[in-house]
Amino acid sequence: MSVSHWQAAFAARAVRDEPQWLTPMRQQAMTSFGRLGFPTSALEDWHYTSLSSIAEVPYRIGGAASTTTVADLTAYMINADWPTIVLMNGAYSASLSSLDTLSAGVRVLDLATAMREQPEMVQRHLGSVAVSEHAMTSLNTGLMQDGVVVFVPPNVVSETPIHILHVSDSAAAGSATLPRTLIVAERSATVTVLESFVGLADVAYFTNHVAEVVVGENATVNHTKIQRESERATHVSTTEVHQARDSHYVNFSMAMGATLSRTNVYTVLDGENCGATLNGLYLGKGSQHTDHQTRIEHAQPNCFSRELYKGVLDGSSHAVFNGKVYVHAIAQKTDGKQSNHTLLLSPEAKIDTKPQLEIFADDVKCTHGATVGRMDEAGLFYMKSRGVPSETARRLLTYAFAADVIETIANDTVKHALEQLTLERYAGSAVHSVVAHEG
Amino acid sequence: MSMLEISNLTATAGDKDILKGINLTVNAGEVHAIMGPNGSGKSTLAQVLAGHPSYEVTGGTVQFEGEDLLELEPEVRAHKGVFLAFQYPVEIPGVSNAYFLRSAFNAMRVARGMEEVDPMEFLDVMEEKLKIVDMDDAMLARSVNMGFSGGEKKRNEILQMAVLDPKLAILDETDSGLDIDALRVVAAGVNKLRRPDNAAIVVTHYQRLLNYIIPDYVHVLAGGRIIRSGGKELAVELEEKGYDWLLQEALA
Repeated sequence: MSVSHWQAAFAARAVRDEPQWLTPMRQQAMTSFGRLGFPTSALEDWHYTSLSSIAEVPYRIGGAASTTTVADLTAYMINADWPTIVLMNGAYSASLSSLDTLSAGVRVLDLATAMREQPEMVQRHLGSVAVSEHAMTSLNTGLMQDGVVVFVPPNVVSETPIHILHVSDSAAAGSATLPRTLIVAERSATVTVLESFVGLADVAYFTNHVAEVVVGENATVNHTKIQRESERATHVSTTEVHQARDSHYVNFSMAMGATLSRTNVYTVLDGENCGATLNGLYLGKGSQHTDHQTRIEHAQPNCFSRELYKGVLDGSSHAVFNGKVYVHAIAQKTDGKQSNHTLLLSPEAKIDTKPQLEIFADDVKCTHGATVGRMDEAGLFYMKSRGVPSETARRLLTYAFAADVIETIANDTVKHALEQLTLERYAGSAVHSVVAHEG
Repeated sequence: MSMLEISNLTATAGDKDILKGINLTVNAGEVHAIMGPNGSGKSTLAQVLAGHPSYEVTGGTVQFEGEDLLELEPEVRAHKGVFLAFQYPVEIPGVSNAYFLRSAFNAMRVARGMEEVDPMEFLDVMEEKLKIVDMDDAMLARSVNMGFSGGEKKRNEILQMAVLDPKLAILDETDSGLDIDALRVVAAGVNKLRRPDNAAIVVTHYQRLLNYIIPDYVHVLAGGRIIRSGGKELAVELEEKGYDWLLQEALA
């Protein structure tokens, strides 16, 4: 039933004006999806996270008509001066988007326009990076609707960050959206992309997102994702990255919304002298389930990777971290560091953490580790003995635990936005205005 | 009325009896030194007065300005004017010293019915306080005690004391492990903060500190009890003769 619902939706989909090459790609993807089905905990990669709760839900593809206005989005803009492209309930909205401030040479297009205006570029890259056999990626490829293409030509530096804003409002209730992102940074290009997933209404829906990132030779891509979906939403997002020699890819994943979320970040360092940094922060409360799975594949020598994920879990929330670093036999002189630290604020909160190293080269420097802890009682008493009220001390220590990974974000505006979101959750209004930037 | 009145105080850590009946009276304007061998209960006494959760008070009373101190939460004790300079100051990654100090300063002001100060006003307050412990304002931007040397940590404790302006300061082995220069700075800081209307309890293992902070009274704590009290000359005697003669006398 679960698979056939989606296959029926595929068969019944409105035929869109799209390139011919896409049709067999979609068909093949639906065949894969039919074979794989929704992941269950029987699969090793899905051991702690099951999508069975949504497998039987007959989601509508795409949301109903939206009445959200630009004013409704102000709070989510991060910076109103940045080029911002909005997908509203999965559909590109020209009226909500504002792309006037794009740096010269940089293209940001909705997927349909990109396929018309940059057909060769899209054909070359779409589906070429997200190649992991993954049912949710197949489902996205089969049924993807609108999407965003960011194209940065050789030697172009995108001075302003680009914001891709995925919004779901009350019209998203009962729907599935399948947005696609394609970021291509050509040789020696530099770009910062922020992807936000925002839920404006307390409704249930399913987001199944795939991002493909091509980091050309000597290029740098900074990619931050903020997931603050409705707390009744299910969010699955897979980012796959291909890195050419001398390139850098920096990903930060902030997860604080959705009832169930799963974020996959996979990168292949496929040239010498590359660097990959995958950091993240998950903030769980209530009965939220938040899963991150990362894979860093060192396919060539002399590359480095850095990974730091931190989490704060309250209530009966449950988080999963599974980070794989895979070093091919040829990838000598690999320098890899990976760690995961989680603070549990309540006895019912739970983390399953699994940092993994698989090394087939014999001359590498790789470390990994994980810690799980509770509130630092010594720190708490210290603050209280200085007159700081107990609750304030707890919030401050919680915020401080999370803040150090946010500190790694290079763009100050993005960094401050994430600090503010974290402060709002843990510091409350009492110390709202005192972001710890002083001094 | 005495500032602090400790009567027959007993306390345990886990199932171990540590304080076995402490009696001590401290008046405004006085400095009391508490000396004694390792494991005698000196630090436990200091921490019990500050409300450390690891210790359980099993008997006796502590009155602070006529109030039952033991009934109060640690933060309320601080608001009332009790300050403990920690033997091992705690590192708090991610919280700047400036923010920490201002939170404490403002919490204290609110508890005392005063207006909070904003970051700019607080910097003015700090300028004067930093001089007391000869500290650079670069220390304010760093995380609380993170990467501080032993001497810097102890100076930071005295800085906090200067900011919070307590009535009763309890210094728990503030001198242990300090080189002589750091010791002089710390002792000078404490002396600058001395006033007729405040008091200090100086817990120390070494007589050396008392060359710089001159006590009015010296008490010897051993086996969880004060076995001898005297004037500052007692400290000199202890330095010359050690503790054994006192312990034997106490046993006899």
